Amino acid sequence: MSESPICFGLYVPPQPHPLLAPEQNEGWGELRSAFDTARQRIEESDADLILVYSTTWPSIIGHQIQAHPEPEWTHVDDDFHFLGSMPYKFKMDTDFADGYNQNCGERGLHSRTIAYDGFPIDTGSVVALKLLNPDNRIPACIVSSNVYSNRAESIVLGKAARDTLQQQGKKAVVVVVATLSNRMFTEHIEPHEDRIHSAKDEEWNQKIMEFFSQGRLEDLSQLSREIHGQIRVQKVVAYKPVWWMAATMGQSNNYDGEVLAYAALHGSGGAVIQLTPTSGSFGDKEFDEDDVEIYSGDRDVLDKGMI
Amino acid sequence: MNRLPLPHVDSMGEIVAGCIAPHPPHVVYADNPPQNEPHSEGGWETLRWGYTKLANKLKTLDYDALVIFTPHWQTYIGTHFLGLPHFKSKSVDPVFPNLFQFNYDLGVDVELSRALHNATKEAGMVTMMMENQDFRIDYGTIVSAHMLNRDWDKPIVPISSNRSRHYYSVEVMNEQARALGRACRKAILESDKRVVLVSTHSLSHRHFTTEPPIPEDMSKQHIYNHSNYVWDMKLIDLMREGKMQEVIDLMPEFTEQTMAETDSGSISWMMEALGMPDYPAEIYGYQSVIGTGNVVAAWDPNPETREVVL
Repeated sequence: MSESPICFGLYVPPQPHPLLAPEQNEGWGELRSAFDTARQRIEESDADLILVYSTTWPSIIGHQIQAHPEPEWTHVDDDFHFLGSMPYKFKMDTDFADGYNQNCGERGLHSRTIAYDGFPIDTGSVVALKLLNPDNRIPACIVSSNVYSNRAESIVLGKAARDTLQQQGKKAVVVVVATLSNRMFTEHIEPHEDRIHSAKDEEWNQKIMEFFSQGRLEDLSQLSREIHGQIRVQKVVAYKPVWWMAATMGQSNNYDGEVLAYAALHGSGGAVIQLTPTSGSFGDKEFDEDDVEIYSGDRDVLDKGMI
Repeated sequence: MNRLPLPHVDSMGEIVAGCIAPHPPHVVYADNPPQNEPHSEGGWETLRWGYTKLANKLKTLDYDALVIFTPHWQTYIGTHFLGLPHFKSKSVDPVFPNLFQFNYDLGVDVELSRALHNATKEAGMVTMMMENQDFRIDYGTIVSAHMLNRDWDKPIVPISSNRSRHYYSVEVMNEQARALGRACRKAILESDKRVVLVSTHSLSHRHFTTEPPIPEDMSKQHIYNHSNYVWDMKLIDLMREGKMQEVIDLMPEFTEQTMAETDSGSISWMMEALGMPDYPAEIYGYQSVIGTGNVVAAWDPNPETREVVL
């Protein structure tokens, strides 16, 4: 078995509260402390790259890969603008971005690199990189989430990332930016009033974290459609981040899982979770859906005389 | 055709027109204004010529501000309004950054914005003023404002899109947007402002997920599928016939069937603010942009100046 190109994976929330207002709520502060722990572990790792998949960066023309060497701006969140501004200057691994784009094409995906001054990097990516890599010690890469993509594209997108790491001989910390349950309160609340939106969301969040803590990433990947139906507000067609994360990290349950913190973020479920590859395994289950190596596009049944 | 400005009554607000103004950045890219950095060889003339004709009409109207309901300032905690008078920055489209890198310098009618906010709050809705000077104006607002007023000589009042469709349903979105429209109508009529309402969105909104090597290659532009085309035409026919109540009644089904950008609530808001027109819309043009269906249309409450354009 070849050495994994993944140092470890992180699942972190996109909301700006841990960055901008950790002192206003105990849970937000705990998430901030967990971000700080993760930052320290990244610094102590031998990672060459921080690879971010952000659910708050939607794209339409395939998947977009950030390739500006030093994107710089001051970002303000659409909803939480009152918490403050987020000035940033990041360092991107443009060689990785180019290679990733190439490998997406090799696997049948449409993708493109983007490198434009002033491009609006999304809240989730800004929060993650500012907290996990504040001094730009390690170069990063960010990939978008296509609004129309589903399981096949997301898994193939993850495999293309892994291809690139292996080809370039790089080790990465993989960062998925996403909430667990994503239903927020639709009205203003005071920081001390924050809680998970519903008992159902809380119950599912606990189940998901149980899987994560047991290292069962591939099992979560297989449960993704069920999670989407149960606790995800239907903004997009599917709950994709664990598909991408599982595919990038190697499609197994061979991880040590650790939930570093869990708290409500305006009603949604925010968690900082670490998955570290290990030789042990919870054991793989019998999976319902096929693995996908190459994305071959939509099946044009209407054009094939089937109706 | 009488193009004289409408009489101005002191301390009496008025809605002088309502416009559907789609915001694919392609139309600004194709126009090559000095504010936009990428350069094109043109494209989407049917939409752009329609926009020019509508913009020329607006030049003949006496109004104080463009009030723009935008799907690309997406808020989940109520409806937000801008609370600062001036914004200068650069807008780069997150989806089509190759087409839209627009340097803007714009004014906001904060007095009117705050009046709309207060009326919305008094009507029982969740709302907030946005007062962070680093906030970047969304490209939906900028594209529609630019195409309707290339001189940028009128202040704007952007309104965020509360995504109640995602959290509840299209029906809830429709009702909440209509309530917002009623509140805005009340605030405008009680003000001393004359305004043009702008509902910026496509009709059907399924995109192609690939882009031609030359984005403005018009040989590649067509609607995503026939179903979306038929739906778009159905709505435009109803607009021509002045049956806007029927359009709003159909809105949940239309939005579901065509993935329409009307899911933002913008047209439901505007029709309610206009008092649910029963007179014909002025249709200025329809064209596909990367698979989506886009109409430029206007409602002129004044029968003296209302036109049959197309």
